Amino acid sequence: MNMKRRVFLKGTLASGAVAVAVGAGLLTSGQVLASWPESAFGNRPFNDALSNLHGSADLSDSDAIEIEAPDIAENGMVVPITIRTSLSNVESIDLLVAEGNSPLTSSYQMTPAVAGFISTRIKMGQSSDVVAVVKSGGKLHSARREVKVTVGGCGG
Amino acid sequence: MSTIRIRARVQGDVAEVRSLIRHPMETGLRKNKKTGNAIPAHFIKQVNCEHNGNKVMTANWSAAISTNPYLAFDIKGAKSGDTVKISWTDNEGKSDSAEVNVG
Repeated sequence: MNMKRRVFLKGTLASGAVAVAVGAGLLTSGQVLASWPESAFGNRPFNDALSNLHGSADLSDSDAIEIEAPDIAENGMVVPITIRTSLSNVESIDLLVAEGNSPLTSSYQMTPAVAGFISTRIKMGQSSDVVAVVKSGGKLHSARREVKVTVGGCGG
Repeated sequence: MSTIRIRARVQGDVAEVRSLIRHPMETGLRKNKKTGNAIPAHFIKQVNCEHNGNKVMTANWSAAISTNPYLAFDIKGAKSGDTVKISWTDNEGKSDSAEVNVG
């Protein structure tokens, strides 16, 4: 009952916001089609973030995914992360911080024109495993790597 | 001046795209040290990347991406002179885009 009400409210608010944005001419139709996965971001458990994004949180460990990251990040405000995968037919790459309050940092939807490679810099509030999730052939593959953070970089 | 700096270099038949975007990427969790008031969240939600006018990647971001974001990716089947366009939209509805030729 309560859950349904939440979902209803969320749906109403989200579509309302998009309609307003389109009305104001802020978004082109292409940007609306590729909608931002509101329900996967924000403060929620790791598995909820994944299942809200992909409809499943079943991960299989993969040696074909490599995470390049510092073992010790002195400044949690800027932690460089590179994800490489040799898996074929990569549909998306997600970058999560397992113990983060908001685990999903970013999600990359790619066409076959892009190689299985992403590099960016993230904020980490505390030491945690960094998890790369690669969707390939409709399945979720993952790898993780621990990053120790000396000074956290989320609040202030 | 654009908020986006892009460098795209061809290596074999792959274009290595490296970009830097100027943006505060505020989480909404920080406080103004003088007033004690929370600084509102202000972050890029979506980055779209096009190769010769075709969308090749969409990045959905949260405020967990660092201030002045860096984004690198590789485009396959690219050659010198191709265009690479990157555009972003943030949670305040602001946006910007930039285009370069692959060198």
